[in-house]
Amino acid sequence: LCRCRCRCRALLSRPPGAPRALRGFAAGPEMHFGFQTVTEAERREKIYQVFENVAKKYDVMNDSMTLGVHRLWKDILVHKMNPTPGTLLLDVAGGTGDIAFRFINYVRAAREQQLQRKLKHHQDLSWQEIFDSYQEDKFHSLGDSQAVVCDINREMLKVGKQKAQHLGYSEGLSWVLGNAEELPFDDDKFDVYTIAFGIRNVTRIDLALQEAYRVLKPGGRFLCLEFSHVTNPLVSRLYDLYSFQVIPVLGEVIAGDWNSYQYLVESIRRFPPQEELKEMIEDAGFFKVDYENLNFGIVAIHSGFKL
Amino acid sequence: GRARLSRQDGRGVEEEEEEEGWQQLYPGHIPTSPLQKALLAAGSAVMALYDPYRHDMVAVLGETTGCLALPNLRDKMKHHPEGYRILQERPCIRLSTLDMARLRGLPDGSLGREYVRFLEDNKVSPDTRMPPRFVDDEELAYVIQRYREVHDLMHTLLGMPTNMLGEVVVKWFEAVQTGLPMCVLGAAFGPVRLSTRKLQVLATELVPWAIRSGRNASCILNVYYEQRWEQPVESLREEIGIFPPP
Repeated sequence: LCRCRCRCRALLSRPPGAPRALRGFAAGPEMHFGFQTVTEAERREKIYQVFENVAKKYDVMNDSMTLGVHRLWKDILVHKMNPTPGTLLLDVAGGTGDIAFRFINYVRAAREQQLQRKLKHHQDLSWQEIFDSYQEDKFHSLGDSQAVVCDINREMLKVGKQKAQHLGYSEGLSWVLGNAEELPFDDDKFDVYTIAFGIRNVTRIDLALQEAYRVLKPGGRFLCLEFSHVTNPLVSRLYDLYSFQVIPVLGEVIAGDWNSYQYLVESIRRFPPQEELKEMIEDAGFFKVDYENLNFGIVAIHSGFKL
Repeated sequence: GRARLSRQDGRGVEEEEEEEGWQQLYPGHIPTSPLQKALLAAGSAVMALYDPYRHDMVAVLGETTGCLALPNLRDKMKHHPEGYRILQERPCIRLSTLDMARLRGLPDGSLGREYVRFLEDNKVSPDTRMPPRFVDDEELAYVIQRYREVHDLMHTLLGMPTNMLGEVVVKWFEAVQTGLPMCVLGAAFGPVRLSTRKLQVLATELVPWAIRSGRNASCILNVYYEQRWEQPVESLREEIGIFPPP
C-alpha cells in the first residue's frame, strides 16, 4: 500500500522538466514515451501500437474522458478556420475524421448561404436562366472544397472511412496513409493545414512543422489544436488528479486498455507549453504565430501563416 | 506475454523507475492508488453487469476487492502441507505445461480425463485466464492466479457446464470457499440474467447443494491437482468434501 502512495504522490507532482533537447528533437538516441525513456524507433513503434489498440474505441473514449467537451473544442477550431467554399484542407493525424467532417459541414452551410444570396440578386432572370444556374450549382454543393485526411495509422483511417460511410459523407473527402514528418504531397498545395490532438504523438515535431510549411500555399494557414499547459494552480491540481486517477481507469473499464491511456496522460505532461510551441512554429518559418487557450489552457489552438 | 510468477531469489521481479519511484512487483503489475482501486472496482462491477462478455472486468473486480480475502487464502495455504508446497513450487495450469495426450489417455472418471472432456465439451482453454495486474503483492498475485486456474477444475469437480447457470453455481461454491467479494457479487447478481425456470432449479436444488459443499469442503486451493490427474473424480470429491451433484 505504501508503494502505491509513493507513486500517487510522484504522479501528482510535476514531472522533472525534460531538457528542451528531448522535447520534439532527437538529440541522441533517447526520447520520451510518456514518462519512459526510449529510442526514436521504439517510440514510433509504441505510439503506432497505442493507436492501433484504441482505434475502435477512440471516439467513445474521447467522449467519456472529456465528457463530450472535445466536440466543442473541435467546433471552435473549425470556426476559427472559417473556411470558404473552394478551400483545400489537409487534416494531418486526422484519423477518425472529426475535423474533416466538421469542415465539410461548415463549407456546405457556407455554400448554401452563398447560393441563397446569389439567387436573391438574380430576381430579373428568365426561368431558363434560373433553371440552368440550379443545375450547375447542384454539382458543386461543396463549391469545390476538398478535405484530405492523412494519418500514419491504418486502423484509425479504417475507422474514419467507416464513419464517413455511416454518416453519409461521400464527396469532397479523401483518405491518405502518410507520415506527418514526411508528407506524400507536393509543395504549395493546401489552403489550410490542421493537426488536432496529433502533434503530441509525432516523434520529430520540428520536421512535422517544416512539412506543414512546405505543403501549404503562400497565404495558407497552419492550425494546431492540442493539449497544453495549465498555469492556474487550482485548475492544474484538479486536472492532474483527474488525468492520473480517472483517465487510466476509464481506459481500462471502457476499452480494456489501461496502458494506452496512461501513455496519453503522460504524453500530455511531456508536450511543450504554449510559448515554446509558438517558438517552434516560428522556427519553421510561419508568421503571425499566435495561440488561444481553451479551458484554462487544458487545450490550446496555435495558428500561423505562410507568407 | 503471460505473467508467469516463479519464485526467484528473494522476492519476485522488481523494477524501479527512476523518475517516479513506483515499483513493478511482477511482470504485468500496474501499481494503483487507493482511489484508482476504488474507481476500478466500481467501474468494473458496472461494466461486468452491463456486458457479461467482459471477463476482463470480472478479473479486475476480483483483484481490486480481494485485499482481505486474498491474504486469508494465502494463510490457509501456508498452514497446510500441500498448500504450502504449491506456494513454494508455483505450478501453473497451462496448455504448454499439460500433457493433453496423456490426460486424454487416462481412464474415464479420472480427474485428468474428465478435465480434458470438460475443456473440449465447453470449448474452453486454460490459457485464456487473465494474468493479475492490480494486486500489490507478488505472492497474493500468484494466489489469485492459482484461483483462476483452478476454476475450471471446480467446474469438473462440481460437474457444472460453462453456461450462465453453471457459472453461477460455481460462483456460489467459490464464494463460500474463498470469501472473495467478486465471487459473492457474481453469485448474487449473476442470476439476474436467468429465466424463471432456471432460477427455480437454482434456488431449490443447486445453490443449497453448492453452499453445503462449500462449507463442508476443505480449501480447494490446498490441492495439488497436477499431481492427482490419475485420481478418480469421485474419490477426490470425497477427499475434499464435495457432496455428489444433484
